[in-house]
Amino acid sequence: MTTQTQTTSAACETCPVHNAAALKKLGVDMTDFDFVVALAGNPNTGKSTVFNALTGLRQHVGNWPGKTVTRAEGGFLYGDNKYKLVDLPGTYSLLATSLDEEVARDFILFGQPDVTIVVVDATRLERNLNLVLQVSEITNRVVVALNLMDEAKRHGLQIDERRLARDLGVPVVPMSARQGEGIPELLQAVSEVAKGEVAGKPYRVKYVSPELKRAVEQLTARIESAYPDLPNARWVALRLLDGDERIAEAMRKGELGDLTHGSIEARAAQLQVIGNQ
Amino acid sequence: MTTYPLNNHEEILNNAQSLRWEIGADFHEKLMESIYTDASQIADRAVIRPDKKPRFDLDRTIDKLVTSRTWGFPLMILLLTIVFWLTISGANVPSSMLATLLLDTVHPFLKGVSASIGVPWWIDGLLLDGMYLATAWVISVMLPPMAIFFPLFTLLEDFGYLPRVAFNLDNLFRKAGAHGKQSLSMAMGFGCNAAGVVATRIIDSPRERLIAILTNNFALCNGRWPTQILIASLFVGALVPAHLGGLISALAVVGIAVLGVLLTFVSSWALSRTVLKGEVSTFSLELPPYRPPRIWQTIYTSIIDRTLIVLWRAVTFALPAGAVIWLASNIVIGGNSIAGHLINFMNPFGLLLGLNGVILLAYIVAIPANEIVIPTILMLTVLVTGATGVGSGAGVMFELDSDAQTLSLLQTGGWTLLTAVNLMLFSLIHNPCSTTIYTIYKETGSKKWTWIAAVSPVILGFIVTFVVAQVWRLVESLL
Repeated sequence: MTTQTQTTSAACETCPVHNAAALKKLGVDMTDFDFVVALAGNPNTGKSTVFNALTGLRQHVGNWPGKTVTRAEGGFLYGDNKYKLVDLPGTYSLLATSLDEEVARDFILFGQPDVTIVVVDATRLERNLNLVLQVSEITNRVVVALNLMDEAKRHGLQIDERRLARDLGVPVVPMSARQGEGIPELLQAVSEVAKGEVAGKPYRVKYVSPELKRAVEQLTARIESAYPDLPNARWVALRLLDGDERIAEAMRKGELGDLTHGSIEARAAQLQVIGNQ
Repeated sequence: MTTYPLNNHEEILNNAQSLRWEIGADFHEKLMESIYTDASQIADRAVIRPDKKPRFDLDRTIDKLVTSRTWGFPLMILLLTIVFWLTISGANVPSSMLATLLLDTVHPFLKGVSASIGVPWWIDGLLLDGMYLATAWVISVMLPPMAIFFPLFTLLEDFGYLPRVAFNLDNLFRKAGAHGKQSLSMAMGFGCNAAGVVATRIIDSPRERLIAILTNNFALCNGRWPTQILIASLFVGALVPAHLGGLISALAVVGIAVLGVLLTFVSSWALSRTVLKGEVSTFSLELPPYRPPRIWQTIYTSIIDRTLIVLWRAVTFALPAGAVIWLASNIVIGGNSIAGHLINFMNPFGLLLGLNGVILLAYIVAIPANEIVIPTILMLTVLVTGATGVGSGAGVMFELDSDAQTLSLLQTGGWTLLTAVNLMLFSLIHNPCSTTIYTIYKETGSKKWTWIAAVSPVILGFIVTFVVAQVWRLVESLL
């Protein structure tokens, strides 16, 4: 972690974000956490690097897609709060066609993390945004970690991250996790979203044809009236229209209803269930 | 907790069902299209692209070379050979230093201490001659090669070479009726088969995933590399002048690894033509950019995460195995030890396969961990040959100061070049270790497939070694 302190300039010392003492890596100690943070992203975007930088664990980081197929968990302390960080398998989408996608999707949906960080490869923004849009359909507590900015620079790409944040409606943090750059800013953004100081208003995908729009709206309205506290009624509607059996099943078993009223203990139990899959 | 009236969700689901009829079957495509369109628009607004492409793109140039039809495979073999050559020639010196320390210095010292405080012979034998020596042997044989091999392999991995290997092999996998991503789970299997089996989760189709799980055993795992490396340097390397020995042994090991890959293709092909018929699914494989590996960090993590974990596993299995071997060699029934009886019983079958009873018994002892095959073989060989001058009695894992001494011991035990070759083959083609078998059971949830995965490689191994032995002996008798 020496790189982190070396690369920040002197001007940062006065900045509230830069507070090296604020982060305490807790490794596998995850007792009594206040917030759950999920780490999602396309394969090979540096999720595991971000995970290691935050938790101080040393998960092996490979340079190939599919390195992480199971979840890894770790903890860190930032400010006065303990966070549990869950590294999800890297996926291109959340439509759950393979086991790794299902693990990632189920965690974001049923685990209901307080914040979901989507790690994004700045050099392949377009393809990576597909996942960001899908995650922000499920939850509005999203932080986009715009990683690999160093590689983007090497390729001569410039990215207007303010524009991106405005368009996506969620915080965007440019970073180079390998060099430790941007980690303090990421932590700040995560804590703001976790505490509800910043509320995202995520971009919603526009659906091309009018009849499609009507069908989605009709079903969404019905779901909203049946489950008034469900944060992602529109996404559930889309999944049902797509014929997603897993979601229909969750609805039949009342899993969706329970979650909206679940206490922190119930959520922890839910994590266990998903963890055992 | 609020409970909702039950009819609520059925109503919603029925509503969804009828709407699905209205919107038509291409909803999924439209959905994807909408997401892609919006993602592309947002990205376009945020990214400012450079005016012109750089003249020289290093990544693309390297890719053209390492994934080329002509050079892709030769380069792969070359890189693999270099890695093994460095491992084999680099591990000799530290291995013998460790052996000198742990076996020649520490062991006599411990024996002296135990004699001076009057420990009963059987406790002394069980602890020091059984458990301690087995563990010391495993450490001195395994630690140096792993400490060289793993960092080198991890450097290649971090650089981004593995997906290129997958790209090269993809076409062959598809022709075999398997999923291209199987090349990635196979690559994981070269480290550890249990990890390789878990890695098959990236494959969507259950049929192709099962093929990948059943054939992962043919990727030579790190518990088996030391066996290959030692036997190759003793018997194959000895066929040529000393300065070529390292290179030829490395090539022999690469040959076995390549044979494993070929077997993966053949068995995948056979499975997809018989019990696991079905369509090949398509997928896109992303070739990540080459990233300069962070060398010190890689060396550190690969030594901590891989080398020490694998070593620890070997040690925890070597301790009880050492005890079992010592007991089996020292409990005498009807004039012969238990181990002696077992070896005599299996010897005829072993010889038929071009192996011997000692090797077969060693493979039974080593079901929990392939790592302890070589120490077990050496110890049991001392037992049956009654070799004197090496070691110090039945069931004692002993120190062998040089490769020459190991070689002469094995030759006393009736070993020939055929035995060595067949041992290398059998080490590649036999049942997975118990950890892998358990992982297969967890991943497939099926007793049937677990049995098939466990038993069919042993049968194949018997067939292959039998055929090789018969042909070898026929050719020998003709010459």
